[in-house]
Amino acid sequence: MLSNSASSFFARVFMSNRIDERQVRHIAHLARLRLSDEEIARLGSQLSDVVLYVEKLNEVATEGVEPTAHPLAVCNVLREDVVKPSLGVDAVFENAPDAAAPYFKVPKVLDQMDA
Amino acid sequence: MVERLEAAGAVIVAKTNMDEFAMGSSTENSGFFVTRNPWDPERVPGGSSGGSIVAVSSRMVPYALGSETGGSIRQPASFCGVSGLKPSYGRVSRYGLVAFASSLDQVGPVSVDVRGLAELLGVIAGRDERDSTSVDAPVPDYVAKLDEPVGRMRIGIAAEYFGEGLNAETRRCVEAAIEVYKKLGAEIHEIHLPHSAYTIACYYVICTAEASSNLARFDGVRYGHRTAEPRDYTGVYSGSRAEGFGAEVKRRIMLGTFALSSGYYDAYYLKALKVRTLIKNDFLEAFKKCDVILSPTTPTPAFKIGEKSDNPLEMYLADIYNRAANLAGTGGEHSVRVYGGGFAGGAATDGSAFWGGSVAIDCACVSGGDGVSFDEAGDLCVTE
Repeated sequence: MLSNSASSFFARVFMSNRIDERQVRHIAHLARLRLSDEEIARLGSQLSDVVLYVEKLNEVATEGVEPTAHPLAVCNVLREDVVKPSLGVDAVFENAPDAAAPYFKVPKVLDQMDA
Repeated sequence: MVERLEAAGAVIVAKTNMDEFAMGSSTENSGFFVTRNPWDPERVPGGSSGGSIVAVSSRMVPYALGSETGGSIRQPASFCGVSGLKPSYGRVSRYGLVAFASSLDQVGPVSVDVRGLAELLGVIAGRDERDSTSVDAPVPDYVAKLDEPVGRMRIGIAAEYFGEGLNAETRRCVEAAIEVYKKLGAEIHEIHLPHSAYTIACYYVICTAEASSNLARFDGVRYGHRTAEPRDYTGVYSGSRAEGFGAEVKRRIMLGTFALSSGYYDAYYLKALKVRTLIKNDFLEAFKKCDVILSPTTPTPAFKIGEKSDNPLEMYLADIYNRAANLAGTGGEHSVRVYGGGFAGGAATDGSAFWGGSVAIDCACVSGGDGVSFDEAGDLCVTE
């Protein structure tokens, strides 16, 4: 496990490189997207272009700047702990690709689970 | 939102076309078909809320709702010559809206003119306990605000929004609007948004990162498409997602996943969040000098269908002026009054913060709009 500063050092060193096929396959796995060879080739070049453009953020000095993850300074919005009507079970299952309410059905995969 | 509209007497007519998951600037990424600009069918209507805007622009309906993550109401409204508004973040409930980038998304009104925006916003604005990010702030009477004079309103003009890349016609159109406001007594102030050159880069890291996280819920289990023949355990997810998502959506999920992945998180995502702070501070500083900021909506008029399809980066630049408002959380609120028809030009404004009650303007001007007149309602028109 790298420390934050070490990992950003590695990112700085490597990020000007184009995103190669191996990286595209790795990202696709993280994102759970099955991609064709043709898509992998195209995405490698398109993502490289965008990442190259995005690297202009490095021109901006951000030492000591707090990150903004959300535009509003709102946190922990609470309501009274009172039971109210909510979305019905039928409505919840209406869009399921396969279901026997109140259960979602999924393909049998346990005997072929990958590592 | 629909509940509020129906309670106010609205009739829901249809759902409209859009870029898939609101990812696009032209409605060419629709899962159904390409929507065309009613003023010139060879051109795009803009996007992603292209269907809503075209429904109003072609006068099928007087009002529509769109959604914005970074210009998806204002940009097509400008391309199609109607009025569109991105409310300030938190002003309108997002309950029922499919999440794209949760720190940026807002629902907003579309109408033939600014009066229509005021009418529609008055109905949809306000706190909704089903959206914890909706803000509990009083909703002003937007329609009554329309009849208030412009007075000595301070309008900020950012030099950064009038630089290289701005189409000459669009510039002329916005400058004509500035002259009109001067005649009405408004003060014009030069302001600076020094980090505006980094808006698009910052926006794309943040919006794709949030999208990759939000769209993880489309796993083929609870809703959406499921692949017919998963090869293995992860194949249920990766196969369903591969078959279900279109090219642009995959591209953004990949970019966002990259920006959030181990080793790159600090360099891309965290860096973008810090630059976002600086962009937001630019606006806070600017709003000390002015009540509203007036800018072009888009750098160019509507482009041709297919013109930017193979160049995602160029497509992203079509919203160069709009995205800062989403990052900063500002929006055009009570609206003042410049509108017109045509597909070419447009001006958009950002109000400081909605609870401050500042006046903002939303303008959609016509390409080549030299003529300036007042209509019966006292609204200012810039027409051909």
